[in-house]
Amino acid sequence: MSLQTFRLGDGNPQYDTQGRLRHLLSTEGLRERDLLQILDTAESFLSIAQRSVKKTPTLRGKTIVNLFFENSTRTRSTFELAAKRLSADVLNIAASTSSTSKGESLIDTVDNLMAMQVDGFVIRHPEAGAAHLIARHLGDSALVINAGDGQHAHPTQALLDVFTIRRLAGPIEGRVVAIVGDILHSRVARSQIHALSILGCPEIRVIGPRTLVPKELASLGVHVYHDLQAGLRGVDVICALRLQKERMESHRLPSLDEFHRRFGLTPERLQWAQPHALVLHPGPMNRGVEIASEVADGNQAVILQQVSHGLAVRMAVLTLLAGAAGGGESHA
Amino acid sequence: MRRIIRNVRVLDPVDGFDAITDLGIEDGKITTRGPVPRDFQAEEILDATGLVACPGFIESSFQGHSPGHGRDGDLASELRAAVAGGVTRVVLRPDTQPVADTPAVLQEQRLTAESLGLARVHVSGALSMGLQGQALTEMAALQEAGALVFSQAKEPIRNAALLRLALSYAADLGCPVLLHPEDADLAAQGVMNESGLSMRLGLPGRSATAELVGIQRDLAVAALSDCPVFFPQLSTAAAIAAVQTARQRGEAVHCGVSIHHLLLTEQDVGYFNVHAKVLPPLRSLAERDALRRAVAAGEVAAISSDHCPWGIDREGMTFIQAPFGISAVEWLLPLTLRLVDDGLITLMDALKLLSSGPAEALGLPPPTLQVGGAADICLFDPEAGFTLNPVSGASRGRNLPYAQWDLRGRVRYTLVGGRVVYRG
Repeated sequence: MSLQTFRLGDGNPQYDTQGRLRHLLSTEGLRERDLLQILDTAESFLSIAQRSVKKTPTLRGKTIVNLFFENSTRTRSTFELAAKRLSADVLNIAASTSSTSKGESLIDTVDNLMAMQVDGFVIRHPEAGAAHLIARHLGDSALVINAGDGQHAHPTQALLDVFTIRRLAGPIEGRVVAIVGDILHSRVARSQIHALSILGCPEIRVIGPRTLVPKELASLGVHVYHDLQAGLRGVDVICALRLQKERMESHRLPSLDEFHRRFGLTPERLQWAQPHALVLHPGPMNRGVEIASEVADGNQAVILQQVSHGLAVRMAVLTLLAGAAGGGESHA
Repeated sequence: MRRIIRNVRVLDPVDGFDAITDLGIEDGKITTRGPVPRDFQAEEILDATGLVACPGFIESSFQGHSPGHGRDGDLASELRAAVAGGVTRVVLRPDTQPVADTPAVLQEQRLTAESLGLARVHVSGALSMGLQGQALTEMAALQEAGALVFSQAKEPIRNAALLRLALSYAADLGCPVLLHPEDADLAAQGVMNESGLSMRLGLPGRSATAELVGIQRDLAVAALSDCPVFFPQLSTAAAIAAVQTARQRGEAVHCGVSIHHLLLTEQDVGYFNVHAKVLPPLRSLAERDALRRAVAAGEVAAISSDHCPWGIDREGMTFIQAPFGISAVEWLLPLTLRLVDDGLITLMDALKLLSSGPAEALGLPPPTLQVGGAADICLFDPEAGFTLNPVSGASRGRNLPYAQWDLRGRVRYTLVGGRVVYRG
């Protein structure tokens, strides 16, 4: 199975004219070899975390800006730690304290930081396309990593998820993966679908109510289920998604309880999948809504490994993008 | 002042006239269409060998941002762009700041336009106060202040009962009403066509169904009134078919499409290209081709540039933040000639869709180059090719998705009432 190929108006902006990966904006359109290189590089960083001295000099002298216009704990702190373990200087900017709250445009904010000779941006923004906008503006002058833009993409989350699946469930070419919950609003689901597809996942399923799983999803080459039992049958990996409480206000769901009744992952329902099927969740979890505590804390859940893997994957992404910037200081 | 335009290919969609001949102009009117009498003493003779003369174009949807703050353009800049595009008559959109819902705003717009002396400007009155669909405007007062039509710009009226009253009241005054047919709740906050692409980009979609539901309601409500209705920008074949059905029932309904919906598709949004953000949104390739077939079949009265400039301060916005609209009045002719080159319509059809078609939908007499007609003329070189550079335009808007397009057809002269208002 492969993604339907789309012709887009211009070239994929995460690659430069020489075809090098300059920014990481989306898993969509990533070449398989670039994706595999990130995963393989992340493997080598996992072992560094076990050492007593956890730092490498890879990004010494570089400055990475964490530019977060949305709240985040896991993503922001793992990016910060990833950059610090690579010996970069890290500047954390949160929207509530930034000058954008005084009316400054996104581009002006970025230009001001560029005037401080920074080398890269990790950006999270509530609107789709924000990272693309910055990457197009900066071109080759700094690297841009999308840490989540609206409902569009969250590539490093998807990369750490496929990294986790590959490590703990074996080759993705042989695994059936189900993504459960609010697919419509999920940047994580979109990025997971593209990453899994590029890595040759033979069957990607999405499971959720029709109000949260639009039928256009089938155009991405996924199998759509609106019944949890049917969707989980024979599945090797289950990716739960966070259900946002705002979905109740937009009438997409009658109640959280009703969602749990139909799609909540409980130990009994886990039996519908393959024995020992992995359970992933990008966090933060709503216990008792999309996932029951027995599952979240059970031995099939790999949610905390995902966090550790996220650190290694983000170190890999920073290393490879900074290496492509021409420093030649890639991780040995 | 008397003028002769010599050796020009005259194309007049009103009577199908097509010949290389002369035009004589006196006191703002056409006095000769054919060999000019020897005793006609002209102050200026234009040798128009190789050029086409046709009635000046009518833009039925023109955002002049007047009144407004000027940073996105104003009547001076935008009417200059209009006449550079061969457009001699425009209808202003009422969604200005403040909204054109009081006579004072309309008077100010007319005074500004008259002092500029570029294209002819028709003001439109808002159909509802603030375009909010909750209260009727003082339509008789707006008509006295010059309103040619009443319009809801890009705002549907949610309350069908109020729409019925507004159309009935407008019918008393004999003014056509321009509507944006869309179910506001289905359209919600969508910023592009709802499809697999909007889903991939994570952008809220606006479904074609919202337009279909909207136009079916609007047509059903309009049938209860005697008011002529014009939908200037439809984006789906189903909506055009609904208008056709109403017309076959004998209802006074017209529809138009923007040139953008005939040339572009949702794929032009690409990776968040804000210049392809327009309302109604660009649709799928299949929908665009169906619209083109409807134009070829003569089911559409008018092609519009749906001119809506946004200045450089608006650059650098995300797709969701950026306002809807494309600034293209200056390039309306060469863009429309693409349809001729694609074999979809004849050159005469194209000129009709830009002049007498919109005139009919707006309740105006058809512009013509017949003797006695107003000398509102576009003279263009149909073979002059060029590569579109948005910075070269007169409009203050830089928001157009046609940069680097290779086009043909350059306007050389635009005359309004016999006066040359543009020389290219």
